[in-house]
Amino acid sequence: MNRLITRRRLITGLGYTVIAGTAGGLAVSPAFRDLVLKGGETLSYNTHRLVGRDALVREYSEAEMSPDFRTNGSTAGSTDEWLAGRENGFAHWQLGVTGLVAQPAQFSLDALRSMPSRTQITRHDCVEGWSAIGKWTGVPLAEVLDRVQPQPNANYVVFRCADRMGLSLYYESIDMVDAYHPQTILAYGMNDQDLPVGHGAPIRLRVERQLGYKNAKYIMQIELVESLAGIAGGKGGYWEDRGYEWYAGI
Amino acid sequence: MTDSTAQSADRRGDRVYRHSTGTRLWHWTTVGTFVVMLMSGLMIFNAHPRLYWGQYGANPDPAWLEIGNEDRRGYLRVGDLDVTTTGVLGVNNTQDGDLTARAFPWWSTIPSNYDLARARLWHLTFAWVLSLTMAAYLVATVFGRHRRDLLPAKGEARPGHIWQDIKDHARLRFPRGEAAARYNILQKLTYLAVILVLFPGMILTGLTMSPNLNAKLPFLLDLFGGRQSARSLHFIFAFGLVGFVVIHLVMVVLAGPINEVRSMLTGWFRLPREKTK
Repeated sequence: MNRLITRRRLITGLGYTVIAGTAGGLAVSPAFRDLVLKGGETLSYNTHRLVGRDALVREYSEAEMSPDFRTNGSTAGSTDEWLAGRENGFAHWQLGVTGLVAQPAQFSLDALRSMPSRTQITRHDCVEGWSAIGKWTGVPLAEVLDRVQPQPNANYVVFRCADRMGLSLYYESIDMVDAYHPQTILAYGMNDQDLPVGHGAPIRLRVERQLGYKNAKYIMQIELVESLAGIAGGKGGYWEDRGYEWYAGI
Repeated sequence: MTDSTAQSADRRGDRVYRHSTGTRLWHWTTVGTFVVMLMSGLMIFNAHPRLYWGQYGANPDPAWLEIGNEDRRGYLRVGDLDVTTTGVLGVNNTQDGDLTARAFPWWSTIPSNYDLARARLWHLTFAWVLSLTMAAYLVATVFGRHRRDLLPAKGEARPGHIWQDIKDHARLRFPRGEAAARYNILQKLTYLAVILVLFPGMILTGLTMSPNLNAKLPFLLDLFGGRQSARSLHFIFAFGLVGFVVIHLVMVVLAGPINEVRSMLTGWFRLPREKTK
């Protein structure tokens, strides 16, 4: 019997140790499990930001649109301010843009409509797995940011919303790469009409390279921040605070 | 056959080195990764247990496959076919024994409870392991010696030879002696389909479901005919792999489980002795 430790046996032994160690660690240690799973998310985000930061999503033709675009999540806002706005077509609604900006500003719905607009027919992908194709009209977020001039330490754009899931107000956040992406718009129109209440009136975010839950509805305020740590659960969004990935490009 | 020691050596057959270190490490990594991918994938499917063809597909649109429930009856619908699956699909018991409306039951999913966020973390993390080890294995196979083990040898791909091999398999008549060390033609074709069609198909349809990669790699949408078609194919390829695993395990058992598993662990395979004529 050959009992020599050959290079082949050493590699095999190390390989089996790694496989068994990883499997065992995942099975018994919640901390190790979280470390591995968090590592996967970080790897995916960094890889996605390494390739194709500026790539545009496909825009479809009118013939390819979903005949019936279902609503999802909350189907109306619930704050007093939003409820009052719905009574008069959001005539007095103001979008506040604050935080790490040189020129904080308020935008009425008419002001947003008078800015350069973009219309795009894109696919909405829910984290659950379904997709629907709709036509969105709005002002590019970049146009709004240009008017408020973000400071160099602004790393994230946070959207504060008027809808509640349970007791918590919905909110979301994106990085500056997505914020300045040409297809990232604050949509006030859908399928050639005013944005319906069920889909987020008066405005919702369209961030086309990420899943549905990033596309916040019923937006009341935008805030530029350096870190997401101090906001609500600290993970950058309502669903993120409940375990979903902050980067939802997959 | 009079010498007792020679007889025992003869009965045990010759040992041959059959699987390289790389193949063995890849095999067992893939076993673990596949289990995680499948079970977390079934949990993700539970979030929307309907499949569509085309670019879009949601609740108002017709589904070609659906696992659902009505009046406490679980069902699987494929086209016009409706199969009652209460207890397993659509309506089943949770780990605590409570009746629940869920497509795939707790024992088939990671995590066992309904947790889409967690299932996605498992699935999208281990997708990296699966893709990177698969890519490494494919590169090593194409450029290394393992290619010769998998490609049909001269004359093996003839219909006559394949038919003969099908008949031998049906009669559970497996090769003995030297021939047992090599893959037979059905094995080669199956392994080639798994590593060249099912796994790459699995990975590419998975990438097609990413909205960000759709922007970067728009040809993927054309290759599979849309995101919802890619999602359907992802599911079909997954069950193609489940089918492969079932047949693979049956064949291991029929061919001698201890010898087969040992050879995939240590590399050494004991040749089944030639039958005495």
